[in-house]
Amino acid sequence: MTYISKPKLHHPQLPANKLGFTRRDYEGAISTLCAGCGHDSISAAIIQACFELDLPPHRIAKLSGIGCSSKTPTYFLSSSHGFNSVHGRMPSVLTGANLANRELIYLGVSGDGDSASIGLGQFAHSLRRGVNMVYIVENNGVYGLTKGQFSATSDRGSKSKKGAVNTDTAIDMVLLAMELGATYVARSFSGDKAQLVPLIKGAILHRGAAFIDCISPCVAFNNHSGSTKSFDYVREHNEAVNQLDVMMPRETITADYAPGQVEEITQHDGSVLKLRKLAAEYDVHDRIAAMNYLQGRKAAGEIVTGVLHVDPEPEDLHAHLGTVASPFNKLGEKDLCPGGGALEKFNAAYR
Amino acid sequence: MKPTDIAAPDYFHKVVDCQWACPAHTPVPEYIRMIAAGRYGDAYMVNWKSNVFPGILGRTCDRPCEPACRRGRVEEHNQTNPEPVAICRLKRVAADNKGDIRAQLPKAPPQKNGKRIACIGAGPASLTVARDLAPLGYEVVVFDQDPRAGGMIRTQIPRFRLPEEVIDEEVGYVLDIGVEFRGGARIDSMKKLLAQDFDAVFVGTGAPRGRDLDLPGRKEAGKNIHIGIDWLSSVSFGHVEKIGKRVIVLGGGNTAMDCCRTSRRLGGSDVKVIVRSGFDEMKASPWEKEDAAHEGIPILNYLVPKAFEHRNGKLSGMTFEKVRAVLDAKGRRQLVPTGEPDQHFECDDVLVAVGQENSFPWIERDAGIEFDKSGMPVVDKVTFQASQPRVFFGGDAAFGPKNIIWAVAHGHDAAISIDKFCNGEDVRVRPGPLVNLVSQKMGIHEWSYDNDVSGDLRHKVPLKDQIIALKSIKVEVELGFDAKMAFAEAQRCLNCDVQTVFSPPLCIECDACVDICPMDCITFTANGEEEDLRGRLSAPARELSQDLYISDLLKTGRIMAKDEDVCLHCGLCAERCPTGAWDMRKFLLNVTHAGPACRSQK
Repeated sequence: MTYISKPKLHHPQLPANKLGFTRRDYEGAISTLCAGCGHDSISAAIIQACFELDLPPHRIAKLSGIGCSSKTPTYFLSSSHGFNSVHGRMPSVLTGANLANRELIYLGVSGDGDSASIGLGQFAHSLRRGVNMVYIVENNGVYGLTKGQFSATSDRGSKSKKGAVNTDTAIDMVLLAMELGATYVARSFSGDKAQLVPLIKGAILHRGAAFIDCISPCVAFNNHSGSTKSFDYVREHNEAVNQLDVMMPRETITADYAPGQVEEITQHDGSVLKLRKLAAEYDVHDRIAAMNYLQGRKAAGEIVTGVLHVDPEPEDLHAHLGTVASPFNKLGEKDLCPGGGALEKFNAAYR
Repeated sequence: MKPTDIAAPDYFHKVVDCQWACPAHTPVPEYIRMIAAGRYGDAYMVNWKSNVFPGILGRTCDRPCEPACRRGRVEEHNQTNPEPVAICRLKRVAADNKGDIRAQLPKAPPQKNGKRIACIGAGPASLTVARDLAPLGYEVVVFDQDPRAGGMIRTQIPRFRLPEEVIDEEVGYVLDIGVEFRGGARIDSMKKLLAQDFDAVFVGTGAPRGRDLDLPGRKEAGKNIHIGIDWLSSVSFGHVEKIGKRVIVLGGGNTAMDCCRTSRRLGGSDVKVIVRSGFDEMKASPWEKEDAAHEGIPILNYLVPKAFEHRNGKLSGMTFEKVRAVLDAKGRRQLVPTGEPDQHFECDDVLVAVGQENSFPWIERDAGIEFDKSGMPVVDKVTFQASQPRVFFGGDAAFGPKNIIWAVAHGHDAAISIDKFCNGEDVRVRPGPLVNLVSQKMGIHEWSYDNDVSGDLRHKVPLKDQIIALKSIKVEVELGFDAKMAFAEAQRCLNCDVQTVFSPPLCIECDACVDICPMDCITFTANGEEEDLRGRLSAPARELSQDLYISDLLKTGRIMAKDEDVCLHCGLCAERCPTGAWDMRKFLLNVTHAGPACRSQK
C-alpha cells in the first residue's frame, strides 16, 4: 500500500474542461488496492470520462457494495456523493436513491462477487426495472479479498493460482444483462482505456439501464498462465466488434470515416454514438442476433468487447411508474405530505 | 525513436538539472538530503570536494543551478510564485553548521613528487589548482600582489555579503594542505617566471581592470569619480571609509549592485543606480537587484551618460540622454534617443561599474604565448593550455569575466591538464566521470529517500534588521536559514538524482504507472519519430531541452515513453508497479579530479 498521498502538483499544461476543472479535480484518495490492479485503471477511465463530459462532480452519486471493486469509489470523484452499501445490495440502494432524486447521475460500481454471487438477484432486478444508471462490474473472475477462490464468473476449466481447476459454469453477465432488458450493454478491458473511456461516456449519457462488464485482471491472484482473465489472455482473445466515439449534442463532427463503416446512433439527449464497425455482421440494435453472435464467439473462446447492444429510445423506471418529474428534495412539504384527505382519496381508489 | 541508452553518463546527468547546470557539477540533491538529515559536515565535504569554497559560494554564487531547478518548472501554474529550491542558501547552511571538518581535509604528502607549479593570482581558479595538485605531491607556489590570498573574493565582494572569517577559513583550508603562498609578490615578467624551475605555470589573474567612461568632465571632476572594482577593493582593505551623501552608480551588473550597497554603508544617503539598458536587461542577478531595492536604492533605466558636470574643479552632477529600446531590421535591440530633454542628477561621487577587462601587461608578447586580436591569450577551451605548453590559464583570465563557480570549474580542469602534462601524457585525453546507479528500494513501498513531495513555497532567508545592517560595512545582511527552515527548504528538493529506471521485460502493461503519475509523464504508445511522439504523449512534451526516455518494444508492440521534463521523482510509478519494472535508483555522478585516476592506465 502506498503511504504517501499523491502530490497535489500537476502538469503545468494540464487542460481544464468547460467547468474549469482539470482531470485531477475528479480524482479521489490514493488507491489502497494491490499495485497494478486493473480496478485502478477503471477508476482512471471513470475520472477521464467524467472530466471529458464536463460533469459537475456534485451531480454524480457513486454507489457500491463490498469487495475490491466496491472499494474503488473512494479512489475517484472525491467531490461526488457516495454510498458504500451492504454486500450485493448496491442495486437496491441505487434504485431507492434514483426514485428519490432522478436528477443525479448514478454510478453503480460492483464486482463479480458482489453482482454475480451474493447480489445476483439485486443485479437482475435493477436491470429488469430499467433504472437509469451506469452499472459497472469490475470483473476479475476471482475473490481477491479472500485470497483467490474462484468467483461465479471464473470460466469452467480455468485454473486458480495454486493450480486447482474450476468445474463450475461461469455466469456471463453481458448475456444476462441483455436477457434482462438492459438498454445499453458493453464489455471492455481495463487494459484498453482507448476503448473503455468512450464506453463509460456513452453509458453515462444513456437514459436507461446501462451495463458495462469490464474485465479487470487481478495481478495478485488471477494473472497467471492458467487464468482466462489475465492481461495476456484477454489481450490474445479480445475481439472488439466496434470502436465507439461519443459526440456531445451540438459538437461538430470532425472525424473522417470511410462510408458504410460508421453507424451513428442518436440518443435521447441528442448525443451521438458513432460506432466504427470492426465486425461487419454485428448489429447492436438486434438484441436476439447479438446474443446469438455472443454465444457463438464465446464458444469459440473469444472475448467479444465493444458496444454490444443499444436501444436509443429507452424507457426507465420513472416512466414505468409515472412518477413526479421533480426530485423529492425540490418538492414542498405540502406535496410530500398532502394530508389525511389525500390518503383517504388514494385508498378509496382501491376499494 | 531509438531506445534510450541509460548507461551513457550524460543521460541521467541531464535529468539532474542543477548538477548539469553547475560548471563544477556539484551533486546538489545528494548534499541537500544530507542537510535534511542534519549531516551538515558530510554535506559540506560533498561540496568542498566539488567546489572548494562552499561557505563563500553559499553566499555569493551566481547559482546557475537555480534557474535550472526542476522545482521552478513543476510549480508553474500550480503555485502563484513558482520558484526553485534555495540551493545556494542551503549550501551556506552546510558551511555554517558543519563543525570541525579539518580532519577530513587532505594533506600534502611528506614525499614530494619533484614537480613545481606556479599559480599567478590567489583567486578561486588558482586556489582550486593548488588544492587539486598539492595533495598529489606537487610543490605549488601561489603568487599574489595583495598581502592576503583570496583574489576577487577578498577584494571585490563586500563584507556585508561575505564576512572575512569565511574567506580566511576556506582560503586557509587550501593553503593548509601545504601550499606556499607568496603575498605581496607581484609577477612583473612572464619570461622571468618561465626561466625559473617551474614545471608548469597557471595564470589565474582574473579580469583586474575596470572599464572607464571617457566623457566630458571626466578629468576635471576626476577626484570624485571612481572605478567600481578598484573602489571596492580599497574599501575592502580599509583605504576608503567614506563616500559623499549623494552617489550615482553607473552600470547594471553585480559589481554595480555591490557598489551601491557599499555606498549606503559609507555615508551615502541618496544613492541611485543609473543604467543604459532597461531594468530587465540588466546583467545583475535578479536577487542582487532585489537586495539593492530592499535597501532603498532606486534603479533608473534607459539613461545614457553624457557628461560629468563640475563646479570649481569639483564634481557636481551628471547629465544623461533619455533613450528607448527599439528592434532594428535584424531584430537586434538598439537604444535610440527619445528626443526628450536630457536629465540631470546632482551628486557628490560617481562609481563607474560598467564592466571589467582582462589585462596582461606583465606577459611579454615574445614569451611564446599567443594572444588574439582582442588581447586575450589563445587558450584551449577544454584543456586550458596556452600556445606555450607549460602555461595554463583559468578563471576570468582565460575567457573573460564570469564568476567564482566557473573559476573553480576551470581550476579543476586545468589541474587535470597540468597533472597529465607533468606526467608526459596527452592533455587532450580527458577522464570520464565516476557514475553510480543504485536502487533505493528498502521495502515494498519504502525508499531510502523521502519521496513525499513537499508543497512548501520557497522559504525566504531571514535578514538582519536594516537599521543595524546599514550602519556598518561589516555586518552580514543575510542571517542564513536556521536548522528548521533549512529542513523545510531542503524538503522542497525533488531528489531528481533518484532516477526512474524502466525494465521492459518485467512490464505487463497494466497502466498502473500511467494512472498514478501526478505529472502525466508516462505514456505507452506506438513508436514514432521524436517530433510526432512528443505531440501525442499523455501530456505533450514541449520542452525540447528535456529528453524523452524511450524503452525497447513491449509485448503489445508499443513502447514506454517518459517525458523527463516535470517528473517529481516521487516514485509512485515504482510503488504502483506490480512487477518491479519501475525502480527508483540513485544516480551519483562525481567528476574525476586530477590524480592517478585521470592518467592512462598503463
